[in-house]
Amino acid sequence: MADDPAPRAKKSRLGKWTRRGLITAGVVTGGALIVGVAIRPGHRAPRVKELVANQGESLLNIWVKIAPDNRVVAIVPHAEMGQGVHTALAQMLADELDADWNLVDVMEAPAHDEYANYALPRGFLFGDAQIPRALVGTVDGILLKLTQAMDLQITGGSLSVRATGAHGMRVAGAAAREMLAKAASAAWNVPVRELVLAQSRISHAPSGRSDTYASFAAAAAQFAPSSKPKLKNAEAFNLIGKSVPRNDIPGKTDGSAMFGIDAQLPGMKVATVRSAPVFGGKVAVIDDAETMRQPGVQQVVNLGDLVAVVADGYWHADRGLAVLDIEWDNVGRDKVDQAAIFAQFERDLAQAEIESNGDVEVDRGDVDAALATAARRIEAEYRVPYLAHAPMEPLNCTVWLHDGICEVWTGTQNPLGARAAAADALGMEPDAVIVHNAYLGGAFGRRSVQDYVVQAARIAQAVGAPTKLVWSREEDIAQDRYRPAVTSRFRGALDQSGRPTVWMNLYVDKHEPAEAPRIPYAIDNQRIASVASPTHVPFGVWRAVDHSQHAFFTESFVDELANLAHEDPYAFRRRLLNHAPRHRKVLDAAAEKAGWTHPLGEGRGRGIALHESFGSIVAEVAEVAISDGALRVERVVCAVDAGYAVNPDGLTAQMESGIVYGLTAALHGEISIEHGRVKQSNFHDYPMLRMDEMPVVETVIVSSGGPLGGAGEPGTPPAAPALVNAIHAATGIRVRELPVSKNNLRV
Amino acid sequence: MTELEVNGTRHRVSADPDMPLLWVIREQLGLTGTKFGCGIAQCGACTVHLDGAPVRSCTTPLRAAEGRSVTTIEGLATNGARHPVQQAWIDQQVPQCGYCQSGQIMSAAALLAHNTAPTDADIDVAMRGNICRCGTYGRIRQAIKRAAAELDTNG
Repeated sequence: MADDPAPRAKKSRLGKWTRRGLITAGVVTGGALIVGVAIRPGHRAPRVKELVANQGESLLNIWVKIAPDNRVVAIVPHAEMGQGVHTALAQMLADELDADWNLVDVMEAPAHDEYANYALPRGFLFGDAQIPRALVGTVDGILLKLTQAMDLQITGGSLSVRATGAHGMRVAGAAAREMLAKAASAAWNVPVRELVLAQSRISHAPSGRSDTYASFAAAAAQFAPSSKPKLKNAEAFNLIGKSVPRNDIPGKTDGSAMFGIDAQLPGMKVATVRSAPVFGGKVAVIDDAETMRQPGVQQVVNLGDLVAVVADGYWHADRGLAVLDIEWDNVGRDKVDQAAIFAQFERDLAQAEIESNGDVEVDRGDVDAALATAARRIEAEYRVPYLAHAPMEPLNCTVWLHDGICEVWTGTQNPLGARAAAADALGMEPDAVIVHNAYLGGAFGRRSVQDYVVQAARIAQAVGAPTKLVWSREEDIAQDRYRPAVTSRFRGALDQSGRPTVWMNLYVDKHEPAEAPRIPYAIDNQRIASVASPTHVPFGVWRAVDHSQHAFFTESFVDELANLAHEDPYAFRRRLLNHAPRHRKVLDAAAEKAGWTHPLGEGRGRGIALHESFGSIVAEVAEVAISDGALRVERVVCAVDAGYAVNPDGLTAQMESGIVYGLTAALHGEISIEHGRVKQSNFHDYPMLRMDEMPVVETVIVSSGGPLGGAGEPGTPPAAPALVNAIHAATGIRVRELPVSKNNLRV
Repeated sequence: MTELEVNGTRHRVSADPDMPLLWVIREQLGLTGTKFGCGIAQCGACTVHLDGAPVRSCTTPLRAAEGRSVTTIEGLATNGARHPVQQAWIDQQVPQCGYCQSGQIMSAAALLAHNTAPTDADIDVAMRGNICRCGTYGRIRQAIKRAAAELDTNG
């Protein structure tokens, strides 16, 4: 379209973008056909082409290329860590493109600036997405701001489908489809409206002509993409909303799926490390004589804050490290233990209560006046311990410095961040660092931190040969960025009718998202505040971030209020949700599926919990049985409103996964600090839920048609409170401290 | 030199006989489908078959495999046809991150090799040594029953 030239940036990076400014035209260079659409101002395709387009293939916008064999390759800017994102994003693109699903391949975008999460700021500028505060802390601990989102390529915050999918993949697919249609229209000299695009073919019934998308790819490059490609209505979806089988699964059943730890290079050495066990500590003295006598050990690298043993294989490196004599300078932090940390929280909370100087998140009504006139009052204090992520694949990263460049093989939630971190550690330009991102063997937030990448870069530099760093499980447990330990205090009150009138909550250490402690219930007088109480224990984002702690606190306390009112906990919640029909519908769906009103036998109980996070509303009902003090979780029913389920089975799988993650933490999870370091070391003392403890999990999808919500995280927060509320229903025991095993219950 | 058979192929390996089989398989034979998870036989990610029986290769020394037959995930299919357990894993859409699944599949295949009608309790016992952080246990249970039915029909 001559009257619609390639749009240019209207303003600087932070300028107001329009959708028109986000799609740019294709180019043809060097004899190769390239059709590019960027959702960023400026011609980006030529640079991108070098990274993703093979000779003779067409690149149909940043996320789509159509190869000569008519295969569509969806290039997704997100890591696959089991959440099915590669499939869901490809579904969104392929549907708008009317592509044959069997001809659709998925690849992860290389770590390149072009693939940063532009959809995040863009969605924000359109006013239909929130700044992903869940990502805070993932880039060197700096608060994420809009400008920084420009330089991120990250999988987290349950954002992939919501942001990239909704704003990127669908638009890209629709734009590509329009260009192909225009090309066919011109080639056949027929109106676009007479064309049918389906299954990666374009057909014109009146003339009986039909040809593949690929045959029009070159001609399509002559047309600038529409500034606002028309998106399908939900009724027209062919793939979105269907439980399309995940494309990464077959390779995960025969050993062929490649994870970071599977990287193998000629002449590669293997290293394993020990970092200062007391956080912030330094190496004082090393005696490596015994280590160097071990078979296969080649080198001991002292990097000041950690020591690496380099060998011809992992086992030799690990054995070498086991006999390494390291004296640490613990910088005065080896006296701290868990009891002292919780005591510090108590002091800081008490001080904040006296001085009323917390950081206030919600201040509604007049809590003091309402407390004074209340009929009944209640106070409670809850606490949760630190938690490790413990993804099944131990952290690892392979680095090869050669020919002035640095190649990195790893599994990361943030390939661009990994690239920047490696470049920084090596004093190289980011352009000289290439990150090959493999499947992630679990992440849950752990692989959004770049510490292991930085370590591998430093070690490889010292070794001077391709080096694979593999952490032991013990190192993984001892050197995490933990879910923070938190103490949270509540005061609540009821009026004469049993309706809650006061909700006061004060807790330590607000992280992200700030809305995590908010409640959906209509309570007129609310004050929610936090007080800082920093410790030396490093913290990070753990599946659902602050939502997982706060849902335990808030949904336990709501239950306590219901108990105080002598009202059924489901009915109590329900009548406080008249203003929130989506929440009420989800709550109802879970209660109905669980058979809430159906009585349970002696020693059994049901608990319910409701929590919204990352744009999705989830209610869970747990059923427990207790005999002779032994607890068994028998069933969890889950209802989820994620707006619209792009892949229903994928959403269901994420709910199942989130529930197990939440139950594991609630039943068993505890990282505690002793002498300044983590006491636990491996799965024997940091146990996981296993097959013989697995409850039946049933999921009901309630699609409200609201904005797309996340899937990977929202299943986790309600699990712990549903469980403890069920324990209370069964036994009268109110669990206010996790894990449950601290409460005279055998788990 | 230690002689052993891996996925039907004889190998002579020059490694410390104390080296865990896991590292021989992964680093010397280059079969990376068998995974390292904990190093202390707590998670099951490294499960392989030794003469048909499931073992945790991270704590099984090479010497224990001398003259014996090892099957890894790469050797589970026969003549290019997926093992019924592998097919059931796909049909039930079991894996998420997938890292533990080689071990899960090897444990399940070992169970079904001698019990084609496992009860829930049988599955609990056979599978409780395999951790899955993604929480796919429910689907694993369904997939085992599905594979059992398949084996029962065709067996």
